[in-house]
Amino acid sequence: MAEILVFVERADGVVRKASLELLTLARRLGEPAALLCGATDDATTGVLGTYGATKIYVVEGAPIDDYLVLAKVDALVATVRQASPAAVLVTSGPEGKEVAARAAVRLDSGIVTDAVDVTPADGGPLVTQSVFSGRWSAQSQVVRGTPIIAVRPNAVVAEAAPEQPAVVPVTVEFSDAALGARVTHRTAKTSSGRPDLADAHVVVAGGRGMGSAEAFLLLERLADTLGGAVAASRAATDLEWYGRDYQIGQTGKTVAPTLYLANGISGAIQHRAGMQGSRTIVAVNKDPKAPIFSICDFGLVGDVHTVLPALVEEIEKRKSWTGASTGSGEVS
Amino acid sequence: MKIVVLVKHVPEPTAAWRYAEDLTLDRASIEGRLSELDEYAVEQAVALVEKGLPATITYLTMGPAKAVEGLRKALAMGGDDAVHVQDEALHGSDALATSLVLAAAIRRIGFDLVLCGMASTDADMSVVPAMVAERLGVPQLTFAANLAVSDGSVTVLRESDGETQEVVATLPAVVSVTDQTDEARYPSFKAIMAGKKKPVTTWSLADLQVSADEVGSSAAATAVRGAAVQPPRQAGTVVVDHGEGAAAVADFLVAQQLL
Repeated sequence: MAEILVFVERADGVVRKASLELLTLARRLGEPAALLCGATDDATTGVLGTYGATKIYVVEGAPIDDYLVLAKVDALVATVRQASPAAVLVTSGPEGKEVAARAAVRLDSGIVTDAVDVTPADGGPLVTQSVFSGRWSAQSQVVRGTPIIAVRPNAVVAEAAPEQPAVVPVTVEFSDAALGARVTHRTAKTSSGRPDLADAHVVVAGGRGMGSAEAFLLLERLADTLGGAVAASRAATDLEWYGRDYQIGQTGKTVAPTLYLANGISGAIQHRAGMQGSRTIVAVNKDPKAPIFSICDFGLVGDVHTVLPALVEEIEKRKSWTGASTGSGEVS
Repeated sequence: MKIVVLVKHVPEPTAAWRYAEDLTLDRASIEGRLSELDEYAVEQAVALVEKGLPATITYLTMGPAKAVEGLRKALAMGGDDAVHVQDEALHGSDALATSLVLAAAIRRIGFDLVLCGMASTDADMSVVPAMVAERLGVPQLTFAANLAVSDGSVTVLRESDGETQEVVATLPAVVSVTDQTDEARYPSFKAIMAGKKKPVTTWSLADLQVSADEVGSSAAATAVRGAAVQPPRQAGTVVVDHGEGAAAVADFLVAQQLL
């Protein structure tokens, strides 16, 4: 059966949830093989095997820590040439797309981004993309080279399918160009302790209607009770009520969580572009004419300052009725 | 020093976009504008020169006839001249072909620094800057929130997951900038008029020595098999809060098995 190469990303040494989703997708198309830049360890081999990897290609010695991207491109291209996979899956995010783009040029292969679904088909994997700010859906296929597909986080739910992966070292000659862009300084951002926005099952977002930076504390409480991430509209980040990293929208992040709570967000097109793929949308807004109400599954016309604290209480009450644990982060 | 800024003329975001019969984006029937994210790159280039960098700025775009309007908008903000690569054979080009053509044009113009937006606001792929850098054989610094040029190198600040990085590369290099860089200036009437007088050169594929076989729909490495308008999300229940609103939301979450 053909191998499907999954470009695995790690954060602080832990495999990203989105990479596990790629393994699940890869199983539909062939034998999932993970590509890891950097040494593997028991935990990494374990989780990749649990989610279906039958092989783990390991590229060590890559000058990846202090240099951007190019070393990973060298690793991906070398592995593709060695393994001849039927397709390459990467996560559709800044790093994944950069690596995929340069690899596509070197391999003269077609690249499809923003995939929300991939299915096997005659002539190669058929990719469903969400395009034009989510207003259209397109189906594309790569017709030259090894298909490189950048898949949106949350496109599928990662499913365990345990295997015992073979670990295969790949020797790569890193180009001098790999040393082109050097990271000279890093400032770690204080971790919020909440799930990463791109991967989160639940996103609690706030907009101009929140009224102040302090009001975002209400959103943090709600996010914590639901085990979710906090996000902000562009209007709110422009007002510096919350960090730019948390901005959702056409020029910010695109998310598609199971549950998106839009608080004090009017729902302008540029914001919708970043979240309308969410499975369930709940909106709270003072303005009954806010465009967000035309796309939400449940909407409440009300004042976020009174609704949100009450909502946290109501949720805690219901969780205690069913005996559910707080902040489990698991929403099915 | 030569700065080349890549810009794209895209359909107006608030208009209804659609696919044409040949499954390409129908650009002809909709008003266009200079892509909002490219304006940030234009602003950075103009600001660098205003602050004293001895450099010329050339804007470059690849597109049908209307694309020149994007160049004029950029020239109104500042800069020296522009190049419009226009050729019927380019219709339906994928990202690989686009980057091939842009790289050929950049080489012909000559460059020390290539600036671009972080993504186009129509295809939204974010891959062209990286592909152009690959073809030119230079480093790329993408998603820059801040940039500075001195002594033959460029330094940027970029936001990566979990950390802010300071990254340095020697020139020549490609830098893409995000909307966290300074807001684009609004050109005065005088600047708009001055922009109309700046030279715009048009090049065809022959001028770049790129063959028609390498570009356009027939050379594309990906094929769009079908496209459909997404059914708009149906509005669900909307209630007004008279004190029980929070409980109603919580009940909804329970009913949807989200709690």
